[in-house]
Amino acid sequence: MFEVLFFSLIVMAGTGGELCVSRAMKEIGEVHDFRPAAIIKVLGRALRAKWMWIGIGLMTLGFFSLLAILSLENVSFVVPVTALGYVAGALGGRFFLGERVNWRRWAGVFLVCVGVTLVVIGRT
Amino acid sequence: MTSHKRLHLKTYLLILVMIIAGPLGNLMLGKGMKNIGKITTEVSSPSEFIHVFVRILSSGTIWLGIASLLTFFVAYMLVLSWADYSYVQPASSMAYLVVALLATLLLGEVVSPLRWAGIAVICLGVFVVGRTNPRTTENC
Repeated sequence: MFEVLFFSLIVMAGTGGELCVSRAMKEIGEVHDFRPAAIIKVLGRALRAKWMWIGIGLMTLGFFSLLAILSLENVSFVVPVTALGYVAGALGGRFFLGERVNWRRWAGVFLVCVGVTLVVIGRT
Repeated sequence: MTSHKRLHLKTYLLILVMIIAGPLGNLMLGKGMKNIGKITTEVSSPSEFIHVFVRILSSGTIWLGIASLLTFFVAYMLVLSWADYSYVQPASSMAYLVVALLATLLLGEVVSPLRWAGIAVICLGVFVVGRTNPRTTENC
């Protein structure tokens, strides 16, 4: 029961956080200047973006959920299951960021699902 | 040509750092949290929650894990500054195999054949996801 909750939080909050950070960074625009002063300026702008803070909050929630599940389950079980983030990532990329997800990427996502299913079934 | 070779060597080296530091970080987080105890039985009131939280933050193994994950992150950022994302991401899919391998060797976890097969399929899936165009939206 708790495991399902923690795994959902890792996948949804972790991936949701990354999507929000991605959205914030896309709003800022592509970084061309990699001199330290310019990077600090970009960071300053990033930290003023609303989506960035929502993203950081969600990723923090995802990280503590990971710690929580690691207290209950083996690392060799937890880490493979977190690959479900790729499924959430593809769905979020498609519907939240408007990316075009091609059939190859969907095929990869499908393989991840098959793999996670095997990992769950193969529980010792 | 030598600079080309050096770039390749640099890329391989950093990907190697990634696929070792990342799984090692997760392993240490796992070990640290096992020392804390099952979170669901340890926490049953708000005061216990704070107590467990403090114990997590004062665990050396957890901080080593976080340091290892940060090393992974820095290597990832560095390699992405010159190598394509669609090259780095599939290569880093190996991390799923490495984490299971290290968990069996260092933590003595038992991984069933079916689970190994699942992990291999996940690696393949992540590999395929990564081998696609990294940019599909128009530049604004």
